[in-house]
Amino acid sequence: MSARAPVIEFAGVGRTYPGPPPVPALRPADLVIRRGEYVTVVGPSGSGKSTFLNVAGLLDRPSEGVYRLDGIDTATLNERDRTALRGRRIGFVFQSFHLLPHRSSMENVMLSLLYTGAKRKERRARALETLERVGLGHRAHAPAGRLSGGERQRVAIARALVNRPSLLLCDEPTGNLDTTTARTVLALIDELHADGFTVLVVTHDPGVASRGERAVVIRDGVLRETDPASLTAEAVQAVQDAQAVQVAQAVQVAQTVHEEQTVHQAQSRCVR
Amino acid sequence: MKGRGKAAPVKQTRFAARDALDEATAAMLARPARAALTVLGTLLGVAAFVAVLGLTATASGQISKRFTALAATEITVEDAPEDRATADFAFPSDTEQRLTALNGVRAAGMFWRPTIPTSEGSESGVLVSARPPSIAAGQGEPLTVTAVSPGYLEAVHARAGAGRLFDSFHQRTGQRVCLLGRAAASRLGITRLDGQPAVFVGPTPLTVIGIIDEVDRQSATLLSVLVPSVTATNLWGLPGGLQGEAPKVLVETRLGAAPLIGRQAALAIRPDQPERFKVTVPPDPKQLKEQVDTDLGTLFLALAGICLVIGAVGIANTTLVAVLERTGEIGLRRSLGARGRHIAAQFLTESAALGLLGGLVGTSLGVAAVVGVAISKDWTPILEPLAVLPAPAVGALTGLLAGLYPAWRASRIEPIEALRR
Ligand SMILES: Nc1ncnc2c1ncn2[C@@H]1O[C@H](COP(=O)(O)OP(=O)(O)OP(=O)(O)O)[C@@H](O)[C@H]1O
Ligand SMILES: [Mg+2]
Repeated sequence: MSARAPVIEFAGVGRTYPGPPPVPALRPADLVIRRGEYVTVVGPSGSGKSTFLNVAGLLDRPSEGVYRLDGIDTATLNERDRTALRGRRIGFVFQSFHLLPHRSSMENVMLSLLYTGAKRKERRARALETLERVGLGHRAHAPAGRLSGGERQRVAIARALVNRPSLLLCDEPTGNLDTTTARTVLALIDELHADGFTVLVVTHDPGVASRGERAVVIRDGVLRETDPASLTAEAVQAVQDAQAVQVAQAVQVAQTVHEEQTVHQAQSRCVR
Repeated sequence: MKGRGKAAPVKQTRFAARDALDEATAAMLARPARAALTVLGTLLGVAAFVAVLGLTATASGQISKRFTALAATEITVEDAPEDRATADFAFPSDTEQRLTALNGVRAAGMFWRPTIPTSEGSESGVLVSARPPSIAAGQGEPLTVTAVSPGYLEAVHARAGAGRLFDSFHQRTGQRVCLLGRAAASRLGITRLDGQPAVFVGPTPLTVIGIIDEVDRQSATLLSVLVPSVTATNLWGLPGGLQGEAPKVLVETRLGAAPLIGRQAALAIRPDQPERFKVTVPPDPKQLKEQVDTDLGTLFLALAGICLVIGAVGIANTTLVAVLERTGEIGLRRSLGARGRHIAAQFLTESAALGLLGGLVGTSLGVAAVVGVAISKDWTPILEPLAVLPAPAVGALTGLLAGLYPAWRASRIEPIEALRR
């Protein structure tokens, strides 16, 4: 595994939002993600997930450290080259899909090739091929606005894939989906990983995070690598906690109802 | 730092013009009603421009058409000496020949109204009658008597309905003959010439040798009694002194020769004192057109300009709203490799396309309006390519200018901010 080339190399990369007061949203961190790996980043709200994702996705510059993407030191790039690197090497999948509702699935996927200089014919062919890959070949000409949530996210994934990026960067890819749909989308991501894509999923959901080969927990801006299996336990615990709360509530409701009924019966008896 | 010579680590992204057009079209089609409303101002502005330019061209074309046929080939030379009382008769007897010798003159003839002495000093000049004054004294019609040389008849395109016109023979020998205009003849009750009727100008009998049915210019001729100028001179003397109208020469030129002949005529008639003549040449058709253009034209062009400005503001407003609405899309495109300038180019193309659309529809409406008016007035519609062809471009330019600020704003949107939505 270590023989594979690194895609992401963080050497002391940190991001502090200038104040006042300055917010150290991402503490200096070292992290290497190699080609073909499936890494998840998990953390509670406000822990710095989005900050991490923006830096990794070249949407934001780190305030310290050296970030190499595909071996290229991103600090040396001007805005034009950063944009090119972002467009050609990173495929984004967003929680809110970001599809153009009036354009067809195919056109949405082709958007990814719009700025690469690919020929139009090639764009169409590749978009269609990629839509078929995510199982939406039959919806290629449907306007994105008419698709279901799961379909939308699959179109978005196709859009991220069509460029054959070095890195698939997913920000809460199931955040807007119900459990069943989320499962199909996660299964698709698993498949893409199996196909050899390098996948980085950022999520607050330990259940989602546990599907990665590697998992990184982020808390108060600090990255700490962990065993994905431990997250499953955490997830189960979380579910159990939630269930326990629900059971307690249910019991309480039942008791209230029972009491009310008793009172009611007593009253009706009095009336007679 | 990366050296200048080194190749960029990644191939730049680009945004082809054709793709920009496609994106603009798709964006307009996504909200067709909004696009239509946005375009309205520009549409009206361009339509007004085309209609105004087309209508002025059509109207002035109409004027110059009428004008070319006759007026543009007509020159009058009037005797206007400094001192009328002492001046001699202006026109030598060979005036016609002198003028027709000029290249570009078709016909030329003198004409004047002779001062005819009236016996009883009657009020309104001489009376003309078909019956001798011995039978019907004091009766007759107050018709105009005009002394003309034969060239005049040619110059006015006189056509005889009955009989014939007089010629150089009558002129040279001072025959006592006359021609009647159609209206004059019917006033005198003369319709047939086989009886060789005569009319009496005051006491003087003149044989009517022809009735003029039609003329193309100087339509007053139809109400006149025309007498050969030599005959008139013999009878009533040369015109001159302070009485009556000054004698004139009517010149018909070939088309386009009028200005030149106008400059040469006076010198040809009297090389010794060319400055005594007042030469009236037709106004230049171009000048006339400019007159038409300046009158209503400027007002409407100003209105069209205002429409265009309103149209530009409309496009600017819609595009700005679109930029704000589509922040998420802008962020997405930036994440897909679009540079700030690509985003700007997209919105500029969009606003220019809106302007172009308005320009095209406006031009069509303007052309339709011009053709419609022309047909209803039975005119020939004239649309100058210089006014019509650039009109859609004017619309596109309006859109482009209107898009500058919104496009600049769009290019400045930070991708992180945009994607947060
Ligand atoms: N532009 C900014 N300026 C200042 N502080 C910021 C900025 N963006 C984020 N922060 C702060 O940095 C910290 C990390 O924010 P971040 O958005 O990365 O959290 P997150 O893990 O993505 O949370 P969530 O799950 O709610 O999206 C938070 O305390 C946040 O308030
Ligand atoms: Mg976040």
